[in-house]
Amino acid sequence: MGLLSLAIWTPIFFGVVLLAFGNDEHAKVVRWIALIGALVSFLVTVPVYTGFQLGTAAMQFVENTVWIGSFNINYHLGVDGISIWFVLLTAFINLVVVIAGWEVITQRVNQYMGAFLILSGLMIGVFCAIDGMLFYVFFEATLIPMYLIIGVWGGPNKIYAAFKFFLYTLLGSLLMLIALIYLYNKSGGSFDLAAWHKLPLGATAQTLLFFAFLAAFAVKVPMWPVHTWLPDVHVEAPTGGSAVLAAIMLKLGAYGFLRFSLPIAPDAAHEWAGLMIALSLIAVIYVGLVAMVQQDMKKLVAYSSVAHMGFVTLGFFIFNDLGVSGGLVQMIAHGFVSAAMFLCIGVLYDRVHSREIAAYGGVVNTMPKFAAFALLFAMANCGLPGTAGFVGEWMVILGAVKVNFWLGLAAASALIFGAAYTLWMFKRVYLGAVANHHVKELLDIDPREFLVLALLAIAALAMGLYPKPFTDVMNTSVAELLKHVAISKLN
Amino acid sequence: MIDKLSWIAVYPEITLLVMACAITMLDLAVKTPLRTATYLMTLLTLGTVAVMQYLYADTDQTIYGFGNMVVSDPMGNWLKLFATLAMMVTLVYGRPYAASRDMLRGGELFTLSLFSLLGMFVMISGNNFVVLYLGLELLTLSGYALVALRRDHVVSTEAAMKYFVLGAMASGFLLYGLSMLYGATGSLDITEVFQAINSKQVKPEVLIFGLVFIIAGLGFKLGAVPFHMWVPDVYQGAPTAVTLIIGGAPKFAAFAIVIRILVEGLMPLSIHWQEMLMVLSVASLLVGNLAAIMQSNLKRMLAYSTISQMGFVLLAMVAGNVGGDVKFAADAYGASMFYVTTYVLTTLASFGIIMLLSRAGFESEEISDLAGLNQRSPLYAGVMTICMLSLAGIPPLVGFFAKLTVLEALLRTGLTSHLWLAIFAVMMSLIAAFYYIRVIKIMYFDAPASEATIDAPQDARVVLAINGLLVLGLGLFSGGLMSLCHHAIVKMLTT
Repeated sequence: MGLLSLAIWTPIFFGVVLLAFGNDEHAKVVRWIALIGALVSFLVTVPVYTGFQLGTAAMQFVENTVWIGSFNINYHLGVDGISIWFVLLTAFINLVVVIAGWEVITQRVNQYMGAFLILSGLMIGVFCAIDGMLFYVFFEATLIPMYLIIGVWGGPNKIYAAFKFFLYTLLGSLLMLIALIYLYNKSGGSFDLAAWHKLPLGATAQTLLFFAFLAAFAVKVPMWPVHTWLPDVHVEAPTGGSAVLAAIMLKLGAYGFLRFSLPIAPDAAHEWAGLMIALSLIAVIYVGLVAMVQQDMKKLVAYSSVAHMGFVTLGFFIFNDLGVSGGLVQMIAHGFVSAAMFLCIGVLYDRVHSREIAAYGGVVNTMPKFAAFALLFAMANCGLPGTAGFVGEWMVILGAVKVNFWLGLAAASALIFGAAYTLWMFKRVYLGAVANHHVKELLDIDPREFLVLALLAIAALAMGLYPKPFTDVMNTSVAELLKHVAISKLN
Repeated sequence: MIDKLSWIAVYPEITLLVMACAITMLDLAVKTPLRTATYLMTLLTLGTVAVMQYLYADTDQTIYGFGNMVVSDPMGNWLKLFATLAMMVTLVYGRPYAASRDMLRGGELFTLSLFSLLGMFVMISGNNFVVLYLGLELLTLSGYALVALRRDHVVSTEAAMKYFVLGAMASGFLLYGLSMLYGATGSLDITEVFQAINSKQVKPEVLIFGLVFIIAGLGFKLGAVPFHMWVPDVYQGAPTAVTLIIGGAPKFAAFAIVIRILVEGLMPLSIHWQEMLMVLSVASLLVGNLAAIMQSNLKRMLAYSTISQMGFVLLAMVAGNVGGDVKFAADAYGASMFYVTTYVLTTLASFGIIMLLSRAGFESEEISDLAGLNQRSPLYAGVMTICMLSLAGIPPLVGFFAKLTVLEALLRTGLTSHLWLAIFAVMMSLIAAFYYIRVIKIMYFDAPASEATIDAPQDARVVLAINGLLVLGLGLFSGGLMSLCHHAIVKMLTT
């Protein structure tokens, strides 16, 4: 069994064990097994990074065995500079989420923990799969645990949210399924991504494929105007669900652009880049403004996620090194920061049971340690230099300026909105005088919560101060991708 | 030309017939309310037949018997094996259910099940229009009696009446169509009919006139729109054990008879019947899925779901002949066979759960009866979830791979019309996903409607767990079954 298989199946194995043997009478044991499972799952991803060869764009840790022979579907795994960090990020966020759900979840603990472990394995599978159908199977299978997580442990309107999440994302993926089968036939019976990358395709075919993939990935990212599911789902999902959704699941869509849309349909990607850039800018600017007027903290962070993912897609479709690498860095940074933001809201929600900004005020007086963390993450969210949020946005803006000054300016203006809505929320929730007796009775974070937030704080700071390990692994793969995308596939 | 009888081709059928009669007699001496002796004898018979069928299938031989009246080919043998296993599973789920409804009093449940299975066998093996028709009648006659088994139960009797009237009409249609073919070609033998049509000596008007009636008859039996009216009423009205006897294994026979008549007999007319099937399948997908959304009764919802699933089965059948070229035929019909197999597997588990949740005097057939099932029994809720997701076609469950093979067969043709069919089909799956995940919502997100403990017998629980695992496991490792179906169809097409 290769390293990548271990990374995928270790969490799934622990998850299945929990589902099969756990129950609420032994909630304590269940939690510890989940923690051990998450920890082991994270540790097995570490050698993927330490053993990663720099300076090559080839797939590494490749595993390839026949899965479904009659359709030439292979269990084909591999990572390159584009995907490697997401493997680690997924396992890391999973660990954080398991600790964060420790005492908060009291009912059906085994199912909660099991769902997150299985979800984590499936998402790592999405990042590792280099067979089109294997990718699709992992991509779709993630819907099942997430649907249950939202529906079982979610808020009052959870059923609406769970259905919206499931059907909205399924709609997109079904069109992608058609595209995959089309490519399979076009390439003479192969689901191999590398073969698809080389496949010459006509202009019409490329356009249709591009939009079929766009349907799947734009919904997942989510891009304006198909982002409306995200705020609804975030508001109702349990804290852990929101964290995983924002930190990893949105990245599945953005990652899909780099693996499918750009290399398979490069000409269509160039042709429609204007549209994509326009949609991205709308997400960055308009959705940023929408975020500003939110009354609900989770909704605010959800809209802020849409805005930040707008940066990612913007970076991808300006087709230069800085843009694509910047987009990738932004994805990882947003993984840490958005998870942290949602977990901070979770900390408050567990105590006061309200997500309304107006229900708080002056939290810093009663929870100084927590407020310090929250400030750090707020700063990272608005892209303060020295935090993770800065690196990616700055790279994307530089990349955009290279293409067109006004484009760069428009993107940069978004930093102002980001700072505005994040800091305004921070001011209203944390600063000022103690607003009411709920806030007065707040207890500061306990060691478990401290650990969760500290882990994410370290990650966010480390990435901001020393982004080299992140950008180094990407360089070669991104350069190779851009070289590939620059060559027309029309003959 | 009955020069050689080749009894070997029909040993499984003979075993079934003899044992069905023997068990009827044996049952006279059995007095226990659970009919354990009859039950065990039935399972033993089915087990023996399953082993025989496996051995036949394993030889990969095609044997004609009774002067080409019957054929024992790999496709038929695998289908018969699957049908036998499906019947066994049905009886395991159905016995406690039937016992608590006083349906085991005469032991007819077992005898009629065996006879209906025999009918399926004859349908699958038939190589002659009359033989096929006889098999069909044996199956449906047993079915009428089974639906009416609770003779003091108003809804069941009504369902039996509907089933009988509409079923008899459908048989009439089929018979009329077959007689047209006989008139035009002068033969009832499928191979000879094929050759006669292929020689182009026959007037196409008569053939197509007959074909319309045959498609209508087959459409009735498959439950395809617009011949689907009986399906929801019978599924809902029949005792659940009987619903499964009708809705499970016979799907294999229905698939086989479609293959025998349309592919083996009327392949030269495939351009025409493909168009007709296309209409049926599009209508089935549309009506089945839209109507299923409205249902509050789980059995009725599953009935409409069946209609839409049959739409998928037929969808693959329209991709066999591309402008006269039949090089994709094996892919298309293989996809269809794989789809039917996975569908029956999933249906067995979902109806199994409905039966195991029912108690004496309580039918667990409203969707709301499943509320909070996860709190009452994580196992049942888990298996039901797997079934619903499989029917919705969500990977990695087996239903997804079934849909994949069908869509692939459509797109492989390279026709724009088939591309649109595929897009239509996936959009319908999206609608379908709504009502399937609604069931999951009720089981997991809602509070339990009753706290009654679920006491199902151990054997049923074990079989159910295996059944659920198969839906998942065959999804993760679907390659074997897929190539088995493909191979069986290739053999059928080449001999």
